Amino acid sequence: MKPAAFIRHVPKTLDEALKVLSDVAPDDGRVLAGGQSLVPIMAFRLAKPAHLVDINEVEGLQHIACDGKTLSIGARVRHAAFHKPVVDGPLGALLSYVARHIAHYPIRMRGTFCGSLAHADPSSEWCLVSATLGATMVVKSTRGERRIAAADFFEGIMSTALAEDELLAEVRLPLLAADTKFGFYEFSRRAGDFAMASSLVTYRLAGGKIADARVGVGGAEPSPRRIAEAEAALNGNAPGEDHFRAAAAAAADAVEPLEDHQTTGEYRRDLVRAVVHRALEHSI
Amino acid sequence: MSTHETKGSGLKWVGRAIRRLEDPALVTGQGRFTADLPATHWVRFVRSPVAAGTIKSVSFPDGARVITAADLTGVKKITPMLHKFSYRPVGQSILADGQVRYVGEPVAIAVASSEEDAEDLADLVEADIDETPPLVDARAALADGAPQIHAEAPGNVILEGKVQTPGFDSVWDRAAKIVAIEARSHRQNATPMEARAGHASYDPSTGRITLTCTTQMPHLMRTAIADLLGMRESDLRVIAPDVGGGFGQKMSLCAEYVALVWLARKLKSSVAWTEDRRENLIASFHSRDQYISLEGAFDQDSKLLALRADVVSNVGAYSCFPTTSGVEPLMAMAEMPGPYDVQQYQCLARGVLTNTCTMAAYRGVSRPVITFTLERLMDKAATAFGIDPIDIRRRNLIGTFPYTSAMGLVYDEATYKETLEMAVAAIDVPAFRARQQAARARGQYLGIGFATFSERTGYGSPAFAARGMAITPGWETVHLTVDPSGFVEARIGSSPHGQGLRTTLAQIIADEIGVAPDIIKVIHGDTDTAPYGWGTFASRSLVISGGATLLAARKVRAKLLKIASHMLEAAPEDIVLENGSAKVAGTDRTVTIAAMAREAYTQTHRFKGEIEPGLTESGTYDPPGTFSNACHVAIVAVDIETGFVRIERFLVAEDAGRIINPMIADGQVHGGVAQGIGNALLEEIVYDESGGILTANLADYMPPTAHEMPPIELHHLETPSTQSITKAKGLGEGGSIGAPAAVVNAINDALAPFNVQIDEIPATPQRIRAALRDATNSARSRESGNLGATL
Ligand SMILES: Cc1cc2nc3c(=O)[nH]c(=O)nc-3n(C[C@H](O)[C@H](O)[C@H](O)COP(=O)(O)OP(=O)(O)OC[C@H]3O[C@@H](n4cnc5c(N)ncnc54)[C@H](O)[C@@H]3O)c2cc1C
Repeated sequence: MKPAAFIRHVPKTLDEALKVLSDVAPDDGRVLAGGQSLVPIMAFRLAKPAHLVDINEVEGLQHIACDGKTLSIGARVRHAAFHKPVVDGPLGALLSYVARHIAHYPIRMRGTFCGSLAHADPSSEWCLVSATLGATMVVKSTRGERRIAAADFFEGIMSTALAEDELLAEVRLPLLAADTKFGFYEFSRRAGDFAMASSLVTYRLAGGKIADARVGVGGAEPSPRRIAEAEAALNGNAPGEDHFRAAAAAAADAVEPLEDHQTTGEYRRDLVRAVVHRALEHSI
Repeated sequence: MSTHETKGSGLKWVGRAIRRLEDPALVTGQGRFTADLPATHWVRFVRSPVAAGTIKSVSFPDGARVITAADLTGVKKITPMLHKFSYRPVGQSILADGQVRYVGEPVAIAVASSEEDAEDLADLVEADIDETPPLVDARAALADGAPQIHAEAPGNVILEGKVQTPGFDSVWDRAAKIVAIEARSHRQNATPMEARAGHASYDPSTGRITLTCTTQMPHLMRTAIADLLGMRESDLRVIAPDVGGGFGQKMSLCAEYVALVWLARKLKSSVAWTEDRRENLIASFHSRDQYISLEGAFDQDSKLLALRADVVSNVGAYSCFPTTSGVEPLMAMAEMPGPYDVQQYQCLARGVLTNTCTMAAYRGVSRPVITFTLERLMDKAATAFGIDPIDIRRRNLIGTFPYTSAMGLVYDEATYKETLEMAVAAIDVPAFRARQQAARARGQYLGIGFATFSERTGYGSPAFAARGMAITPGWETVHLTVDPSGFVEARIGSSPHGQGLRTTLAQIIADEIGVAPDIIKVIHGDTDTAPYGWGTFASRSLVISGGATLLAARKVRAKLLKIASHMLEAAPEDIVLENGSAKVAGTDRTVTIAAMAREAYTQTHRFKGEIEPGLTESGTYDPPGTFSNACHVAIVAVDIETGFVRIERFLVAEDAGRIINPMIADGQVHGGVAQGIGNALLEEIVYDESGGILTANLADYMPPTAHEMPPIELHHLETPSTQSITKAKGLGEGGSIGAPAAVVNAINDALAPFNVQIDEIPATPQRIRAALRDATNSARSRESGNLGATL
């Protein structure tokens, strides 16, 4: 056993879960969802939570529901649930395409959509999807319920607007109009590794011209976000190589790239240019 | 996939791809590894978080059982020795004593009754260390005024090899062209699937200690640990149970095992330690951190006349036992000329101490680096002469044997040219070049890279003696027994850990005494039951243990014939051994080996003193050593926007003499190539300036996965060796030796239109992009410069 000692709580209802979370939060209590990020961190003893609130048996968090406008994803829904489209139309296809890029099969069988958002790794595919499509987070605690827009939710590398006693109970994604085009591309050195840069784009065509362009970039900055400069380079223009190149260049210029021991800012910009361009190419 | 041609050897089992006898247990979860053993005490090693400094104090909770250097009175330091090359012996205390010299060096041992508690206790141990500035890079450690890491090694140079052939200067001065390369190989960790693990137990009835550990060399561990602790060797038993890979990382003595034996003696109980991956990446042995400057002098016909090399090998903080830290720089010096006919040579090879994890052997030992360097040089020379990389190799590969190298090594025989031609024919180079041209027109960059090399294998004690090691390995002994029930067991001093030796040795024995391999058990890895031997490393076991096995099997065969002759009342010459029986040729008179064996033990009175009782024979083999060789070819696609390299095709044409089991041989090549690809593209241990490791998990230190592996095409040439009695040569390391050079040559070929030179491994996408950016920037500034001139 590598982690430091902890107590695991296994609530069965949402109320019970929120209660115990509020009790243990001051004592570095944490939610345990799929465990695919938290458990490795605990094994390295980078985190030593004294309590884990295991939500894997909480009733009422395993839903994927669609009301005709939004897709709601409960906190127990795992990445693998999206291997096949969960809803007709472009959103289901988009989620299914993106899901295959997350980690490896066994990890997708355990890791959860909401866990990815709560963990907020800059490279997380679901964070990119949520930021690009404008997801709404439904957050609960014994203090009540809050709704947080994706743009306000991600606050930095592994940092979100969630308070210690709050559970991300559900995430809501707007459905995409039937004629929405999407494209996704990510770059990693090995299959299944976290992306060193990724991009998700969506747009519609109005009279042969791009409208409602959304260009999201992940893995390049502390949080994934939409890049307005790249969207501006697309909107009102016909899809094609020149405008795609221009949008990719605009995105590369706009980002404030993360750097690490192997990745210079310059290289990260190179990757942003490549992934945005390829996501756009993938969209046609 | 691969071609399994067994040339009509006339033999029955040798040459057949029979399934491995070791696999049923391993694939059904019945393998038994060190970490499976229960223990009364568990330990965690508390490791230095800083790279250099003086320990002021080590504190821990009252009453906790924590061992520090002060407790280890009378325990000697690990001090490997080399009697040549101005080697400076430096000692390593089992626990850091006063000084720490790398991040990860064991400072204290937390002992508890469970692994969990030991882990918790280790968290509470605090070492107060006065930090001093560390030396991480070998060139920095060589600089004037650099801090001294060990007082015994002035200038941080632990050894220095120098050679120059007598005619060097005059040939150098006559050269038509000098081609140069500055090659850099970053640092790797062999990353065996099973990290280190040790378990020491105490037998109260005899006072003996049994150390079970994941080692490639159980006997040498016994000798070394008994020496350090002042024990009788007979009071220590070392067992290597199933071992999940070693690749050289497990052939050196680690301080942790010495500590476990010391603790088991002190506590009179059992003590266990299982290393975790982070620990393994930080604090087990590393390898291959080298700078090589290499220049080649060519005549006007692109014939290589002379080589000049400067090898700077970062050996880490201490010297590894038994090979010493000469293992990498001296291998580089001895084998730099590789498969090429070049009689003039100058080399300076230095081993440099730094505040980094100690270096030890890793599959290929230095040859992946020197092959990479030399093969890059040959490609650069081909460009300089405007000829094809294949042609420059044809012109320079050795073709006449035996050949004595500039270093005095005798290459008994090899098929450098033949394997090159085999590979060239299989690839269809003209078709590739056409495809490459067409792809470039579409903005896609494909490249082809060749690597030809020789792999010294199966060398005995005379070859090792040339290195001047205080410990000179080489020979192997095998005891072969037919037991009274007619089953066969071979006890061997080699210590296989994935190489399939239980199968291949059984195949050799089976042919010799006429039985099926599945009644033969090969027993190894236990100093109480196996004869003294050197273990498994350096592509030696099949050649040396295989030779010893054959010698023992011949003796058993002779004895069986004698017994059969006695029992069947026929002349030994008239008897054949086959299908588990002895038979008088041309008759139906037979006697089973089981009946003969029973007779040999229980009816010896009938032999009337003419035949010795029992059925055990020994063979010992100490061969001169020989060279395998191969040509590797990689075809890659380089994504110029991201720097990503995809290997489209990988081909190996190799000659390792007679192949005993083609499936096992292919597996060895596949595994080696995978590690070579990791070396070429992915794997790098990165230190920061303060000497901390930034790549301490398998997300940051990146071995290739199945997904990154291309299909590997294998072609075997199988020229029977005259230097090995089984006619087989070793091939364990070749895969990893050739792959980095082939892959990086292919990358450079792909990027030829950009005029970039990638001479660094791993050739990461970051490095490739940086080179492309630099090339584009300098092209731009040249253009604007030209523009300026015309304006
Ligand atoms: C080898 C490997 C590769 C990976 N590659 C990728 C990849 O390419 N892309 C990617 O996106 N991910 C990757 N992951 C991470 C994986 O997707 C995780 O599943 C995900 O990041 C977290 O989800 P989880 O359900 O496992 O959360 P946990 O690990 O259980 O929790 C993560 C964090 O979120 C908190 N948390 C979880 N759920 C909630 C909730 N409902 N409300 C409030 N807080 C919560 C936890 O307290 C914890 O702090 C990889 C993981 C591994 C081990």
